[in-house]
Amino acid sequence: MSSRTSGRVFHAVAGTISVLWLLPIAAVLVTAVRGFDDIAANGLASFPRSFTLAGFADAWTNGGSGAMWNSVLVTVPTVFLSLALSSAAAYALSRFAIPGRRTIILLMLAGNLLPPQVLLVPVSKLTELLGIYDTLFALVVVQVGFGLGFYTFVLQGFMRAMPNEVQEAATIDGAGPVQIFWRIVLPMTRPALAALAALAFTWIFNDLLWAITVLRSSSVMPVTPALLALQGQYVSNWNVIAAGSVIAAIPTVAVFLRFQRHFISGLAVGAVK
Amino acid sequence: MTRSSTRVPPILLLFVLVPLAVEGFWVFWPALQGFWLALTNWDGVSPPRFVGLGNYARMLDDPVFHTAATNTAIWLVLFGGLSAVGGLGLAVLLQKERRGVGVYRAALFVPVVFSLVATSLIWQVLYQPGGIFDSSPLADPDTAIYAVLVPALWRQVGYVMVLYLAGLKGIDPGLYEAATLDGATAWERFRHITWPQLGSVNSVVLSVIVIDSLRSFDVVWSMTRGGPYHSSELLSTYMYSTAFQSLKLGYASALAVVIFVLAFGVIVTYLVRAFREN
Repeated sequence: MSSRTSGRVFHAVAGTISVLWLLPIAAVLVTAVRGFDDIAANGLASFPRSFTLAGFADAWTNGGSGAMWNSVLVTVPTVFLSLALSSAAAYALSRFAIPGRRTIILLMLAGNLLPPQVLLVPVSKLTELLGIYDTLFALVVVQVGFGLGFYTFVLQGFMRAMPNEVQEAATIDGAGPVQIFWRIVLPMTRPALAALAALAFTWIFNDLLWAITVLRSSSVMPVTPALLALQGQYVSNWNVIAAGSVIAAIPTVAVFLRFQRHFISGLAVGAVK
Repeated sequence: MTRSSTRVPPILLLFVLVPLAVEGFWVFWPALQGFWLALTNWDGVSPPRFVGLGNYARMLDDPVFHTAATNTAIWLVLFGGLSAVGGLGLAVLLQKERRGVGVYRAALFVPVVFSLVATSLIWQVLYQPGGIFDSSPLADPDTAIYAVLVPALWRQVGYVMVLYLAGLKGIDPGLYEAATLDGATAWERFRHITWPQLGSVNSVVLSVIVIDSLRSFDVVWSMTRGGPYHSSELLSTYMYSTAFQSLKLGYASALAVVIFVLAFGVIVTYLVRAFREN
């Protein structure tokens, strides 16, 4: 086979698969901008005969905007706290002779590998006991606790690979361990932090299980669980449901497009390490 | 101050102890409680009563548990197996840097960033009667589990592909050139160059797909809630509804322990690999 023919075959195969992969997304985008009457009269599979943003308006005003705000209130502090705590732990565990450091690292990672099902009942009861059940605060602390092990593990691997000389030079200049962490190690860890931040953002924003375990009221539900409620509320209003899924996907797609390289490397690092 | 020094500044102990305490309080402590609750018949109201292994004995006679366990096995084989095969196939196809390859990779990867709830709503729109199907495959107990599996696969394949692409990057392109000069076919190149070099990635993918299969919850919960008639129930969804809808917290905890036991081997393998690298 000549290289030109093989190139054509490649593009035909890869192109067909890619189009098939994107087809469901295209179908939902089209459904989202159709009118309810058009879908009701002509069916979902028909060629669209209307264009309206009414589905988006309905999804947004009937809980969408509040849910999006709840998601911000959960996702931003969770990502920040997780990375702050885990980079501090990773620094101490990777650059100093903490007694039992290997055991601590593996114990923390093991906690993250537990199937969350083991934790659901006790965690839900624990939040009730502390009087924080059904609050966004509960969702934040639970997710920080559960994610820490993984972030610490990835970050300590990254920090261990840093050359010792920088730290030694700073020590001779009289910098304490906290200053070295803040001024030298953290800035050098930036690529790993960016990758983890992009990953953590999607995981937390997309979470369903923890949210429906520690939350009950619709007023505090973030976007992902709120989508389920939207589905129940707008049975067979497919334009509203499609618009709701599009709205829910926009933040993570935006983060992915903006931090594409970090995102992909984060996924690979996280799994291969 | 370096790793070899003996005294660790006290502030650094706080750096470790605070995160460890947070994880201990929200993960390790609840996990221990979970294992204990599995030995009780707790309903969340009256004090838990110790029933020994009674909850596990009860599973043997519970038809819904049997369905959920079978479906979880189907899920491991089909969701895990097909995403591994599909992800590897696509990674090999899109391995070489050439014009347009970035676009194809991105197209296959996009669903990975959607939440499983959004993914399942997308597919529910597609499954509606009058679209591709005359009646929704989600409504038929014989097809529901497979109808739920397709969206989950649609999203997982791109993820596994990225893992394999990272692994394939490490292979020396010179090996392929030499093999092509020797007249090796595409299959021979895959069999003798690519596959042997993928050993460590394969074991990573294996852990990822087993853990992800056992954790799968969102997609089933949002599409069918495990129905109709429990036909698409997984152990994870059955555990959740037993706990928070039937309020049988003891039995639900025992179901969670079963999921843990199934994941245990893989978790240990993962930790051993992590230990070796440290």
